[in-house]
Parts: sequence; structure tokens; C-alpha cells
Amino acid sequence: MNAKTADKVATGVIIFFAVLIVAILGGLLGYILVRGLSHISWDFLTSPSQNFKAGGGIGPQLFNSLFLLVLTMIITVPIGLGGGIYMSEYAKDNKLTGFIRLVVEVLSSFPSIVVGLFGLLLFVNTFGLGYSLLSGAIALAIFNLPLMVRITEQSFRAVPREQKEAGLALGLSKWKIITSILLPVALPSLITGTILAAGRVFGEAAALLFTSGMTTPPLDFGDWNPLHPRSPINPLRSAETLAVHIWKVNSEARIPDAKEVSAGASAVLVIMVLIFNLIARWFGRFVYRRITASKRMD
Amino acid sequence: MQTSTQPRFGTEELSVFYGTHEAVKKINMEFPEKSVTALIGPSGCGKSTFLRSLNRMNDEIASARVTGRIWMDGEDLNDRDTDAVTLRQKIGMVWQRPNPFYKSIYENIAFGPRYHGTRSKKKLDEIVEQSLRRAALWDEVKDRLKESALSLSGGQQQRLCIARALSVSPQILLLDEPASALDPVSTGKVEELVIELKKELRIVIVTHNMQQAARVSDYTAYFYLGNLVEHDDTTRLFSNPANQMTQEYIMGRFG
Amino acid sequence: MENNKGSAGGFARHRREDLIGKTYTYICVLLLIIVITAIVYFVASKGLATFITDGVSPVEFLFGTHWNPVGDNASFGALPFIAGSFIVSLLAALIAGPLSICAALFMTEIVPGKGKRILQPVIELLSGIPSVVYGFIGLTVLVPFISALTGGDSIGYGVAAGALVLSVMILPTITSIAADALASLPRGLREASYALGATRWQTIYRVILPTLAPSLWTGIILGIARAFGEALAVQMVIGNAPFIPKSLLTSASTLTSVITLNMTNTSTGSVQNNVLWSMALMLLFMTFVFIIVVRLLQRRNKL
Repeated sequence: MNAKTADKVATGVIIFFAVLIVAILGGLLGYILVRGLSHISWDFLTSPSQNFKAGGGIGPQLFNSLFLLVLTMIITVPIGLGGGIYMSEYAKDNKLTGFIRLVVEVLSSFPSIVVGLFGLLLFVNTFGLGYSLLSGAIALAIFNLPLMVRITEQSFRAVPREQKEAGLALGLSKWKIITSILLPVALPSLITGTILAAGRVFGEAAALLFTSGMTTPPLDFGDWNPLHPRSPINPLRSAETLAVHIWKVNSEARIPDAKEVSAGASAVLVIMVLIFNLIARWFGRFVYRRITASKRMD
Repeated sequence: MQTSTQPRFGTEELSVFYGTHEAVKKINMEFPEKSVTALIGPSGCGKSTFLRSLNRMNDEIASARVTGRIWMDGEDLNDRDTDAVTLRQKIGMVWQRPNPFYKSIYENIAFGPRYHGTRSKKKLDEIVEQSLRRAALWDEVKDRLKESALSLSGGQQQRLCIARALSVSPQILLLDEPASALDPVSTGKVEELVIELKKELRIVIVTHNMQQAARVSDYTAYFYLGNLVEHDDTTRLFSNPANQMTQEYIMGRFG
Repeated sequence: MENNKGSAGGFARHRREDLIGKTYTYICVLLLIIVITAIVYFVASKGLATFITDGVSPVEFLFGTHWNPVGDNASFGALPFIAGSFIVSLLAALIAGPLSICAALFMTEIVPGKGKRILQPVIELLSGIPSVVYGFIGLTVLVPFISALTGGDSIGYGVAAGALVLSVMILPTITSIAADALASLPRGLREASYALGATRWQTIYRVILPTLAPSLWTGIILGIARAFGEALAVQMVIGNAPFIPKSLLTSASTLTSVITLNMTNTSTGSVQNNVLWSMALMLLFMTFVFIIVVRLLQRRNKL
């Protein structure tokens, strides 16, 4: 085979594989949406799930996923922000910084199930939080922290250095520069990254099996007192999320319509991930335009 | 406590090291009041590094070390006990590339004074107008103060940065090649501004442009390899330099 | 003349602000360090209890092929699961590696610009799909498909299904690292090769790929690491039999799948439970191994 032929064959193979990957994604999305959308109805999205008979919904699971996401982000964002700001603004180029960087790298490489086990051991058992939203949120926060640190560091590093110098020359404190000069500039990419990270949290299940648990107590959506056991926002109640539910109905539960419920729930999950992606892109562009364009701003 | 050897504002034996490399070598210079001093010299000669050390900007570079003294009214600014953040309020700085904050035109100016304690809206409005007028930008932007500073042209942005520096009433203004990224018309405006502003404060300007140094400055200092080669009255330095190296540099740049 | 050392209000204020900022960010970093120390400490202490308290032989755990955790003659050979984890992860990388590198080449070499605009979002979406969804699709599409392929000889669950599902899941990891590496290559390198009359494939094969080998291996190792730690998707399709797989079509288990299935079915403190923690410790250990390998590769890259 001469060089020209080899070149053509190789190019063909590369293009074939690229097309194959697009086809795989198309197939996955198509399959989930086609199979799942037919099962999605208002009733499916709002009614409670069944343990033994068909016709159950995913209402509590959907609520749990969203509420757990909120709790997780409340823990993750402030800590991740602080860690990322340290890495980009305070860390000196020395061994300690190298060590912290390694810590972040290791933490981000831990399998999520190990983080879940750690949560089981420390929060569920030792601290006595039990299978609860709070245990789950802490585990997910640990799982998500390294990403948040990295997003923050990158967003702050992308701010032109001249911005910081301008602040220094005005006699501002370093912290004032970080919060009032750098943060607004870093915000678009910070928000985009955070939304994408949130999407990842939303679909996570392995870290939750042993922390937020695989069951949900009967909920009373009229009771919003966080101290009541049936209240949806009681942080100490157990909470099965959408992703955990999909795993459970396929592995352990005995419902006749497991495949349909899974397909519907998967479709909801995938649609949520798509929405997170779209919002992240759209928002990043929106903020960027707002800052640079000659619109009014206060 | 002022003695005869201390300049009112100037440096004594000021050196800047990057690691072990001495980028600026024992500079003794005085910057007289209400005057413009131009720092000239080939790239890498240490003039910008020297300028940046005058308001302790080199504090922010981990590998940089500044020795010697910077005198300002009998106080050594390079003293470890002197608070860099406070002194920078008195020494404004403008860079080569315009770097307005990603905020509105108004906010760019009002930000500094508000941080330093001016709360009244009326007073802030006054400072904004005054600073923009002094930077010869008021007429161009008075109707669009709420717009983003990034919507301004490059020349306007640079004058906004000068106005921002003026907003906290500095006594000294450090300009690091303030016009080198601008078109000729904007450059002319910035130069006029420098001549206007020296009526009120000391200005130190780094420039690669000999004509500019000749036009705007009262004194000129020629730097080479971290040394201060010659420092004299601008007219004298350009017409009759004492040092051979200065002459060759000026001739080469004018030619 | 206001003194710069003086007692002016601004002095105390900016010092105070910087103190707040430093304290806050230092605490956050400290938390990260505490968390990682706690994870390693707790998992290690539980995981080692199997050998120290319960007297299970580490040799048996690592090399024993017999898994029978209950009863008088209990044996705790975890080799089937260790082997299962390695086999599916390596197979997944074997499939995803070439595919990912081709995808990266497509983006940067074959159709620069446009290729990236098409494939980049595809890769991002693939990495965004939750692992249980991959598991579910594997369960409902791949498993019956494999079963049908074998004419019903196999039930479809097994190593092949696990490896295929994992390969799609790690595709984005490898692709994005490979694409970044390709994009960082200086233009001159390609042009020099073309100037010598080399075809595009010769350039890719002889110049680009060898130059980027450490980065590409980094991507592949990180892909393997991700596959190794993935739990639910694999568990759903691998069949969960406690034996070393004899062929691609036999049912098997991985460390993660065993932990997933048994953690809540065993009582805390029992040897049956502790041995699961030993497997978790094994997962942690492998995480460190993967990171060390990646660091070594990066060091080679700098030379």
C-alpha cells in the first residue's frame, strides 16, 4: 500500500469513528427520549412511586433531586469559591501549594462510591445523621468540591492581571479587589462552570446510595416546617433521588413497569442535563454581552 | 526630620532584584514638584521596573526584592512598616494598555473615593465630574455615565484610567507608556493632558517615544542595563547630552 | 501631612478586610485537606480491620479466587472482583482509546474548526449523561443485543456489556485530553513534515502521535481510572457473578459492583462488611496509583 492510499484509508477511518461517536450520542438521546417521553405525563412527574405495582410516578424523587442539588450547592459554592480564590490569588509558588494542588487532584479522582462510603461511615453512622438529605448533600459537596475549586481558580486566573493592578494603584485592599473588581469579571465563567457542575451533581447516584438512602418517607407537600418528619424540606429525612430511583427499580425493586418508569425517569434526567447545559451556555453569553455592550448598567 | 540629603520625593540607592538578578541598580533621583520627569531607555533597561517600585507595585511579585529608600516628605516609603496600600492612594498609576474596571463609566471613577470613605452621592457626583473634566473626558461621556466603560474607544478608556487615578487625589502620577497603545489623535490628547496636569502634581512617565519625552517632560532620565546613565533638564539632555551612550540612543531613536 | 504608617481609618480597614479574606480562604483550603485526610484515614482503618481484627489473610484477599463470605468455612478471595475491575477497565480503554484519539484528530487535523464545533458539544453531552442512564440503556439495549448476537447462548450480561458501557462513558475523558494536547502542538511541527512531502497520515503517525504520546497516555490512564471507580452502570450490566470471567460473555463482578450490592446487606462491624471496606481501600489505593502514573507521564512530557 503506498503512502497516498494509506492516507486515504486512515482519513476514512478517522472520519468513520467521528461519525460513529456522533451516532452513538444521537442513538442514546434518541432512544431515551423516544422511549421515555411517551411515559412522561403530569401525573408521572407528580405522583409518588410504587413499590410493587405498576403506575407509580417519580414526584418525590424529582423533588428530592432538586432539593438535594440546592443543599449541595449551598455547601459547595462558598467552600469551593474560597479554595479557588486561595489557589489563584493567595497561593505562592511553593511546596505547600503543590501539595494543595495534589489534594484537589486526588479528591477529584476518588470514585464517587468511595465518597459515598465515607459519608456512610462518618455522617450517617458516626455523626448520627442517618440516611438523610443532609448526609447526601455533604457527600455530594465533597464529590463536587474539587471541580468547584478548579472552576473558581480558572475563572479568576482568566481575569486580566491589569484589573488587579488598577485596584492596587487606587489603594484598595487585596480582599476588596478580589470581591469587587475581580469577582464581577470572573462571574460569567464562574456561573457557567457552576451550572455544569450542578448538572453533574444532579445525575450522581453512587455517592447517594449510602448517604441519602434508597427510600423516601411519605411526604406532605402542605407542610413546610423543616422540623416535621413528613415535611419535604426536613433535612434529616431520607431521600431517594431520581438517579438512585432508576438504579433501584432496575436492580432491587419489584415493579412490573420498571422499564417504563426507568425510561421516563431517564428521559427526565437527560432533559435536565440538557437544560443545565443550555442555560450554562446561554447565561455565559448573556452576561458577557451585558458587560461589554454599551447597554446601561448600574 | 527632613535632612538636606533627602529629596522631597525621590529615591536613594534604590535597587530592584529579581531573584539574584539586579534589574535596577542603586538609583538616586529626585522628582521636583509640578514637573514631568520622563524615563527613557531601551527595552529591558529597568525603567518600568523602577517606576513600578515607586508605589510598591513590585510587592506583588514574589520573586522581586526592592532595597534602598523612597523618600516622600521625610518618610521612607520602602520601609517595611510603611503601609503599601495606604501610600498607593497618594501615588496614582496608569499603564500602557487601558485597564478600566468592567463597570460603568461613573462607577470606574466613584469606586476609589467611595472605598476611601466618601459616601454622599452628591460628593461622589462632584468627584466624578471633576475627575473626568481634569482628564478632558467629561464632554464626551457626560450623557452616558451609566454605560459600560468597555464601550469607550481605546483613547477614551485611557483618559478614563487617568481620571480614575485622579479620583483619589494623588500627589504623584506614574505613567507607564500611557500612549504607546493609542492612535496619534488620542496620543496627542493624552500628552496635552500630561502638560495640563503637571500644574498640580508630580508626574513620572516612562516612554519609548523621544518626541513625546521632548514634548511633555521637564526632566529626562536615561536608563541603560539598570543604571541611571544621565538625568538632566530635558532640553539640555536632548540638545547636548553629557554621556556618549545617551547621545547614541537619542540619535538612533530620533533618526 | 497624613502619615502612611498612621492611624488613619483606611489603615485599620484594609488590614481588617485582608484578614477576613485570608482567614476565609485559608479555612476553605484547610477543609479540603481535612476532608481528604479523613477519607483516607477512615477508609483505611475500616479496610485494614479485615486483616487486623478479623484475621483474614491479606494474601487470601488479594489472590484467593474463592468468594464465600458466609458460613463456617468462609473464604474471602477477592481476586475475581479485582480481576473483573481490571479486565473491564482495560477493555473499555482498549475500545475508547483509539476512538477518542480519532475523534481528537478529526477535530484538529482532518476538519479543523468545523470538526471541533460539531464534536465538542457531542463530547460534552456524552460526559453529562448520568451513569445510571448509561446503565439503563446498557441493560435494555446492549444486553439483549449481545444475547441475540450469540443466538441466545449467552444471557448478554457480562464482561463485554460492562466494557462497552464503560467505553462510551470514558470516551469524553480521553477525547478532551487528547484534543487539548493536539491543540497545544506548535504549527511548525506539522508544516515541517508536510514540507518534506509527507502525507497527512504520515505526519500524524510519525510526528504528531509520537510527540503527544505522554499526553495521550495520560488521557487513557485517566479514562481507566474513571472506569475503575465507576459503580452503578457496570453493576447493572455485568451480571454480578463472583468468578474470574473466562470469556467476554461470562457474567462477572467488579470491586465497585460488589460493594454496591452488599454494603447495606451486611451488618456494620462484621467481617462480611469489613471486607467490603477493604475493597474500598483497594479502590483508593488504585486512585493513588493512577495519579502517580499520570504525574510520571506529565514529567516525561516536560522534557
